[in-house]
Amino acid sequence: MAGEQITLNSLPLGKRAKVKSLTSDGTIRRRMLDLGLVSDTVVEALQKSPSGDPTAYHIRGAVIALRSEEASKIMVEVN
Amino acid sequence: MGLTSQSTGIGVLEHKLSIEKSTPVDRVIALAGNPNVGKSTVFNNLTGLNQHTGNWPGKTVTNAQGKYTHKDKNFIMVDIPGTYSLMANSVEEEVARDFVCFGQPDATVVVTDATCLERNLNLVLQTLEITNRVVVCVNLIDEAARKKIKIDYNKLSKLLGVPVIPTNARSNKGLDKLMDAVYDISNKDTSAHPIKITYDDIVEEAIKMIQPKIEEIIGGKINSRWVALKLLDSDDTLLKSLNDFLGFNLLDNVELAGLVDAAKKHLTHNGIDSDQLRDKIVTRLVKIAEELSLSAITFENKQYNHIDRKIDKILTSRVFGIPVMLTMLGVIFWITITGANYPSQMLSTFFFWIEDRLTDFFVWVGSPKWVHELLVLGIYRTVAWVVSVMLPPMAIFFPLFTLLEDLGYLPRVAFNLDNFFKKACAHGKQSLTMCMGFGCNAAGIIGCRIIDSPRERLIAIITNNFVPCNGRFPTLIAIITMFFVGSFGGFSQSVLSTLFLTGVILLGIVMTLLISKLLSKTILKGLPSSFALELPPYRKPQVGKIIVRSIFDRTLFVLGRAVSVAIPAGLVIWIMGNIYVGDLSLLSHCADFLDPFARLIGLDGYILMAFILGFPANEIVVPIIIMSYLSSKTMMEFDNLSQLKQLLLDNGWTWVTALCVMLFSLMHWPCSTTCLTIKKETQSWKWTFISFLVPTLSGIIICFIVANLARLLALV
Repeated sequence: MAGEQITLNSLPLGKRAKVKSLTSDGTIRRRMLDLGLVSDTVVEALQKSPSGDPTAYHIRGAVIALRSEEASKIMVEVN
Repeated sequence: MGLTSQSTGIGVLEHKLSIEKSTPVDRVIALAGNPNVGKSTVFNNLTGLNQHTGNWPGKTVTNAQGKYTHKDKNFIMVDIPGTYSLMANSVEEEVARDFVCFGQPDATVVVTDATCLERNLNLVLQTLEITNRVVVCVNLIDEAARKKIKIDYNKLSKLLGVPVIPTNARSNKGLDKLMDAVYDISNKDTSAHPIKITYDDIVEEAIKMIQPKIEEIIGGKINSRWVALKLLDSDDTLLKSLNDFLGFNLLDNVELAGLVDAAKKHLTHNGIDSDQLRDKIVTRLVKIAEELSLSAITFENKQYNHIDRKIDKILTSRVFGIPVMLTMLGVIFWITITGANYPSQMLSTFFFWIEDRLTDFFVWVGSPKWVHELLVLGIYRTVAWVVSVMLPPMAIFFPLFTLLEDLGYLPRVAFNLDNFFKKACAHGKQSLTMCMGFGCNAAGIIGCRIIDSPRERLIAIITNNFVPCNGRFPTLIAIITMFFVGSFGGFSQSVLSTLFLTGVILLGIVMTLLISKLLSKTILKGLPSSFALELPPYRKPQVGKIIVRSIFDRTLFVLGRAVSVAIPAGLVIWIMGNIYVGDLSLLSHCADFLDPFARLIGLDGYILMAFILGFPANEIVVPIIIMSYLSSKTMMEFDNLSQLKQLLLDNGWTWVTALCVMLFSLMHWPCSTTCLTIKKETQSWKWTFISFLVPTLSGIIICFIVANLARLLALV
């Protein structure tokens, strides 16, 4: 399934993917950029919180939890 | 309802920090850095001040200044808010940026985390775009060594063009070198040539179109290239700060305004609109940080975060996450309850022994009866109660709680609970501020600054009082022990007490969520805002330091406050109990007046008055209840809980009274310190009043229901 683009919230746990684009705008977009989520950044889905949301991601050496609302606005490509 | 920055108190973060130099040659140093990189530790160790530290992002929310002397110079260090960026996406970032830019510090130290350097370099690069005089402090090198992360500091320093100093601030390692570097770079005679950050051709062309004109207008005061970039980015917040700094509006210059328009057209003409420009700028910085990190950092162990992930798998797992959290909370309470029991008794035995000696003394000097009663039975006894009830649980609870903070567990709590807060339309970080409330609600309310959205911040402020602070724990524990688990004794008793207390806390959390939801649907309508929470690496806690810090900084501070309130309160209670109007003392008159209403909610007049008189500090509520009962009855000697229980039973307490006192203790007005803090933080009497009203009404309603249900069902 290489090359297929999905939203980050549907990335299975333990899988890595490359950021392709952000579909958010305004403040949320800036926040995501500040986290280092620019094009081609590798992101790994680590684990979900007990109730299934948010999910923790490995982003540029840091572990960041994103709610599904935010993660669904990040398009990634699974390697 | 409009949420202007005035009404929600966002204006409270001071945009202009005033620096007091003792001599004009004092050098001002800005201390910047990502959240949770040990910035406060660097600050504390250099200046000898005690900013509270803990392992979670966004904890430093106040701006602190401190002084230190190195070689022959005085330095004033300004701890600016920890941020990931200076792009002014939040108030903190705006404050940080404005200080680095317009505060004209002689140097800026950017503290970074050695275990997460690439991400931190983003802030370093953004700072270097504003000023040349930067020292990079790579902190937490011990943690990095443990994770087998090798950093070539010389190479990094060469690439960045500014000094890079490795430190481990917790053990004072490298701070001398840091001070040397700051000394050198803050010297106006030395020149600095940091890395030049360049963007793609179109952006560079646009910058060139306006930079010379900017340089001409503002001179060398501020980096004109950076201002050019921000003008192209239409960064209004910066423009405002810049105009404040300059004392005139930069874009009033017709020529410049025209050039800016032309440069922006040049960008859009080439397909770069403002969002894309921002993307390009950030992407460029992130990529440079990536390149720097690739050439200067080696990860000898690719799985360096392996252990952290393993711990997270348990602490935040679907099955164990919440049970582990509750167990941990329970264990802390259990240790607090059992551990506090004996010292509490010893202290009260000791204090009452002293009381007897004081009485002997007053008899011996032949002082009038009322002097003895006022000083010993009024003031001394209240203070003795406060100390013996408060000190042991605090001295145990604070260090344990700080330990969890230091480990990095609190962000995991936020991670576990976020979904509940999302459903309540509140911010995920509210669970962090809620946890801070366990220590002190006023501290929790200041902590609400970590929440950017004004709406969600207000919700967090208004509901913070639903978690009992340390001043209320002892009340809860004492009542649980006396009325609900009394007869078992030993281990099972302490476990039952713990379960009961945990239940009360859970009720507080449930109320927090319910009221948050209610507020979101009524006076603070809105949807949850964006949420990105960092789960920092676990760190080895510094047990010794924690104990010292939490006892001296927190326990003694809170105790001191309680005692200073207990003295006048003891005095007032004694006077009220001994001034007679007609047949009854003033105290009884007041209590009689409150009694009908108090009975409705399961209390009595004395109890309600104790809560009212306890407004300055919740710690003194139980002592006031005792004093009131004692002053209206014959004096009796008692030095342990079973005698206290007898006193309460004699005054008509049932288990329903006890339950209602606990519920009312959990849910009533915030103490005076907290109210003042709310006023300060929200800049609004209206929201202060609402924060006062919401928990009070909740308490009254719930106590009313409980008391009357019990009556109806004839349970008492």
